[in-house]
Amino acid sequence: MSLLDRHVGFVAALREAGVTVSVAEGLDAVASMRTIELVDREQLRAALAATLVKRQMHRPTFDTVFDVFYPPVTGESAAPPSPGQIPDRDPDAAHRDPDAAHRGPLEDPTRDRIREALAQYLRDGDERVLDSVARDAVAAFGAVAGRAPGQTSWSRMSVLERVSAQTLMAGLLEQVLRGEDRGGLAERLARTTINERIALFERRVDVDVRRRLAELTDAESVARTSVRPTIERVNFMGATRADLVAMRREIQPLARRLAARLAMDQRRHRRGQLDFRRTIRASLSSGGVPITTVHRPRRPLKTDLVVLCDVSESVTSFAHFTLLLVYALREQFSRVRAFAFVDELDEVTRFFTPGGDVIEAVTRLANEADVTWILGRTDYGRAFELFAHRFPDAIGPRTSLLILGDARSNYGELALPTLAELTDKAKHAFWLNPERESIWDTGDSRASDFAAIVPMVECRNLAQLGDFVRGLGQ
Amino acid sequence: MFGSPADVASELARVRYLADAATATTVYVAATLEKPLLVEGQAGVGKTQLAKAVAEATGAELIRLQCYEGLDEARALYEWNYKKQLLRIQAAPADQAWEQTHDDIFTDEFLLTRPLLTAIRRDRPTVLLIDEADKTDVEVEALLLEVLSDYQVTIPELGTITATRRPFVVVTSNATRELSEALKRRCLYLHLDYPSPEREREIVLAQVPEIEPDLADQLVRTAATLRTLELKKAPSVAETIDWARTLLALGIGDLDETAIARTLGVVLKHNSDHARAAKELGLPDVPE
Repeated sequence: MSLLDRHVGFVAALREAGVTVSVAEGLDAVASMRTIELVDREQLRAALAATLVKRQMHRPTFDTVFDVFYPPVTGESAAPPSPGQIPDRDPDAAHRDPDAAHRGPLEDPTRDRIREALAQYLRDGDERVLDSVARDAVAAFGAVAGRAPGQTSWSRMSVLERVSAQTLMAGLLEQVLRGEDRGGLAERLARTTINERIALFERRVDVDVRRRLAELTDAESVARTSVRPTIERVNFMGATRADLVAMRREIQPLARRLAARLAMDQRRHRRGQLDFRRTIRASLSSGGVPITTVHRPRRPLKTDLVVLCDVSESVTSFAHFTLLLVYALREQFSRVRAFAFVDELDEVTRFFTPGGDVIEAVTRLANEADVTWILGRTDYGRAFELFAHRFPDAIGPRTSLLILGDARSNYGELALPTLAELTDKAKHAFWLNPERESIWDTGDSRASDFAAIVPMVECRNLAQLGDFVRGLGQ
Repeated sequence: MFGSPADVASELARVRYLADAATATTVYVAATLEKPLLVEGQAGVGKTQLAKAVAEATGAELIRLQCYEGLDEARALYEWNYKKQLLRIQAAPADQAWEQTHDDIFTDEFLLTRPLLTAIRRDRPTVLLIDEADKTDVEVEALLLEVLSDYQVTIPELGTITATRRPFVVVTSNATRELSEALKRRCLYLHLDYPSPEREREIVLAQVPEIEPDLADQLVRTAATLRTLELKKAPSVAETIDWARTLLALGIGDLDETAIARTLGVVLKHNSDHARAAKELGLPDVPE
């Protein structure tokens, strides 16, 4: 395959993965390839990234596709032996020997050797060792049975389980700390370093597994299946633990962006009524011709926000994200009150002290708020009744009411008249539903009953949440 | 401008800017293809510093356009010197024809060049830094397009002025808003991230040469750990360097828990971040 074909395929795969690449950018990429040393893979990566990817959000996608299309090595060990190469290895042995994976971990010399080399990397951080360790590990443990009998495929899980890098931690800490007391700052620092290196190792394993898969089939289809959605598009409900952590990290930057946006929008719409007196006064300097008009500043209208959120098991992460974002944006609202419910209702505003730590607030909310009554299953009807009864003054004519939940009422009461009353009192009311719109009204979901009273908005990921909150602040 | 990416890295290192391989390659490609370079990243990772370093390394003059909300053509591109033009008209001899005066007042003499035009008209090596482009209004971006794609500026009264020597353009952005697709398409893109602990150690040693290497090592690893916590504002490279200077000034030779607790204010600027860091790192309470 010529370089040009490869490049065209690469750009097509990027587009398919959702990275917008214009024709001009494709041409720039080709031009940039002519200026660099093509044999240096990292140079090629940097040049292509600079010309093709204009949003950091797309960078992980780019790296995945790049690693599949421009692999560092091909076949079993086409890489030139590097100084860090592990000696005496027979790359095919483990993979020809089908029993290798079934032997106990104690009696496997290959595993010991690889773990030793990995430990060496985790301790010293030598990247050359890393590359060969990751490749060896995949060669030794990555092969699994393919779909059809007799076929081989490659699996990252199989590699990571067999290598189990985390189990090296204790020994490494022992070596690094050299008798310093445990549990202190030194251990914390060492842990961070080692964890980062383990993450790097796992990424290299991913890359090598995908490369081998691409050799079995073709680069295009591997690129298609291995690209993951960007963090802003990851579903709240199906997110993995790692995703949740990454999403929490996104909250502050997102809040900062939104706050800047909101402030800008508000300033733009701030031109108020014409100030007649000052306009005439200003016109005196231009001979009575009112060249510039003067306007009264408009009073900033900040929204008073009441958030009523379902924190039952199924939607808890969604509720937390929304609360995190709302509180990160607190300056944009005049007042925020939050209430959490499952089948009991509790005001949770007290956890969010000004200037306090929002993440800790959410943790405390989960542990301390009094939200379950008997069954611990969401009961919207009871929650609305309790809210109307206990906090009759929470909603005023300037309040925006925000209800978060999946509208799955476990076939309980809905208390629609109470909800209608609450909605009427408020200036605006919205219901954010973390479920896909197409599965509303399935099973015990009563989405359309609620939606008839409160406008319901689908809000499945950070991008949708950000858009919604931005609209709310205006 | 540069011979190879390695050349970029060594030239920048000479002026104490330690670029990683990706940064060096991107700068090299941008310089070779004569395309503007859009640099994004957290505050304090060295975006502006990169432009300054390139200028210093190549002996070029740095022309800076600081963007802000409300920036307009007159501040960014050029402006006619109305007062001087008025004087010229009033001082014109009574018998001079209007046509002549008209031609006279729209000449170079009455033109006030602003950063963009200045950079285009220079015939010596120039680095044009358009700082914090995300702070401007969308309309100003449109203004930048002509400059960035063709390196030319059209002035109705004078015609089109094309660069005789193309400046190296660096556009920085904190990503408070997305820049327009049109602008991005014309630029090469570089995202600067926090450097790896090894590189950051080199950076600290380069910027604060008096510091002990061991202390620098502790310092950057602590900073890296702080960045893994979920903070409102993670410590930037600039703040790590400040921290190194602080430790030096206080004569602290070992960064233990007490030393961190005493000097944490240099790197963390929010009360809640302090509380979180103190909790996660097990820092002792320090009396004010």
